[in-house]
Amino acid sequence: MEQFTHSVMLDKQLCMGCINCIKRCPTEAIRVRDGKAHILKERCIDCGECIRICPHHAKKAITDPISILQNFEYTIALPPPSLYGQYNNLEEQDLLLEALLDMGFHGVFEVAKAAELVSDATRRLLQMGNIKRPVISSACPAVTKLIRVRFPQLIDHVLPLVAPIELAARLAKKDAMRKTGLAKEKIGCIFLTPCPAKVTATRAPVGSSHSEVDGAVAIKDIYPQLLASMKKITQVDYLASAGRIGLGWAESGGEAAGLVSTDSYLAADGIENVIRVLEDLEDEKYPDLEFVELNACAGGCVGGVLQVENPYIAKAKIKRMRRYVPVSKNHLSGSIPHEMLWDTDLTYEPVLELGRTRSERFARYSRMEEILGQLPGLDCGSCGAPTCAALAEDVVRGQANINDCTVLMRRRMEAVLRALGKDEGP
Amino acid sequence: MPDCIYLHYTVPGDDFTRAGEASADLKLRLKKLGIPPEAVRKVSIALYEGEINLAIHAHGGEIDVQITDDAVCMTLSDQGPGIADIPLAMSEGYSTAPDEVRSLGFGAGMGLPNMKKYSDEFDIQSTVGVGTTIKMAVHVD
Repeated sequence: MEQFTHSVMLDKQLCMGCINCIKRCPTEAIRVRDGKAHILKERCIDCGECIRICPHHAKKAITDPISILQNFEYTIALPPPSLYGQYNNLEEQDLLLEALLDMGFHGVFEVAKAAELVSDATRRLLQMGNIKRPVISSACPAVTKLIRVRFPQLIDHVLPLVAPIELAARLAKKDAMRKTGLAKEKIGCIFLTPCPAKVTATRAPVGSSHSEVDGAVAIKDIYPQLLASMKKITQVDYLASAGRIGLGWAESGGEAAGLVSTDSYLAADGIENVIRVLEDLEDEKYPDLEFVELNACAGGCVGGVLQVENPYIAKAKIKRMRRYVPVSKNHLSGSIPHEMLWDTDLTYEPVLELGRTRSERFARYSRMEEILGQLPGLDCGSCGAPTCAALAEDVVRGQANINDCTVLMRRRMEAVLRALGKDEGP
Repeated sequence: MPDCIYLHYTVPGDDFTRAGEASADLKLRLKKLGIPPEAVRKVSIALYEGEINLAIHAHGGEIDVQITDDAVCMTLSDQGPGIADIPLAMSEGYSTAPDEVRSLGFGAGMGLPNMKKYSDEFDIQSTVGVGTTIKMAVHVD
């Protein structure tokens, strides 16, 4: 079960059973059945596209409330770099970090700081050259999950480093334990999340056997309180510990540009574009690339669905802020520490396969083609599946009936009426 | 269980935006059929190269695919200009692609060599002025 933990859920009360989400879902993971949307857990990658598109706000992310702070004796906020793009007139990181302390956190640890260490480690791994080229970033958990279910040939290309959020939590917790003398359980690392995929990554991490992130609060939920705290503050401490490279991770291309050591990289954002690039990588169409950065959200993490500001405005704001900071404030000394490396392998989840045995798959495939031939090919979504092909597949999997097709039913009804000589309209 | 699954694709000539559609479509079907990832990769690369060749050199052509329990067999046939010197055409880096095609990043002379490299069985028959037929098979263990 662990492998299909999710952070996107449906509010049945609000769902109207329309087809917006099923048409938008990049992995065809949603069906409307009995008038309500259902998420197919094994296919969902938590990209958040359904949350973005749902006109009734029935799709939600399962995040923690701010009150989670009360569960710990000592709490550390982990703000991601995209958070800096949410507010106007933010000249430097310090004010926002100070406001987090004002809100009740005992400490802050910028995810951008950990990102600079990940950049450094990536640079070294690229130099060592023992990962298949091009190396694919593992920072966006929606992309990693997508590779797991759909691109098995690319698993060996994925960067085996923990994401900056996880590293930030690990370092922050160690720091706090040393400083306070408290036991690990008494310290809470709370991530301020821009998207549902990163929430899932903390609950069911990929590549690591455990996560040190103890909670995830949506940026949109913390936004008003954080703004109020910022307005109140008169004096700020020097709290910022990340430079231009770390802040750059907020947008698409930032991670790749932060490598500095190579120009041979590609950065794609927006889930449809990501899928296209992965298809091409699978066919070895870009043999000379060193590094590939992929972000499920358009614009990169600034485009995360749990945020407030328009992604492109957020990007512009962060860009302005980056002018005043040094290139990088964090470097690894010595070799890559083990806490940065994955301790479990990424494995293929063959969720697309039509059955358990090859003979079952072949038989179902043939039956599926037969059914598809009977369907109208309009891909209207009225049956609750995103396309006619998806309905045919659902039928052979035993999850739908061909009579769910409203067009087919109507045709049949008209044929019956004609046979009865009642086809003349009123 | 059906012994064999048949698929047919038509590759239009000189339309590079559509070359690759057949291999992408076949790739997804093979994944649904649970063909091992390594075999899917070989099929996909070999067929993509074939599609590009059909588009660039042959003004289009036909692809027939047979998927059985132990192999994916692909037959690419066209009524293009044909190949006069097959061993030369099969050598790496040799290309007769026109400049405008090369400027698009194609025509590196790796098409046929890659098709041979990624398939477990490869056969090419060609007659100048008549056309070319290529048969490729990738074994499924």
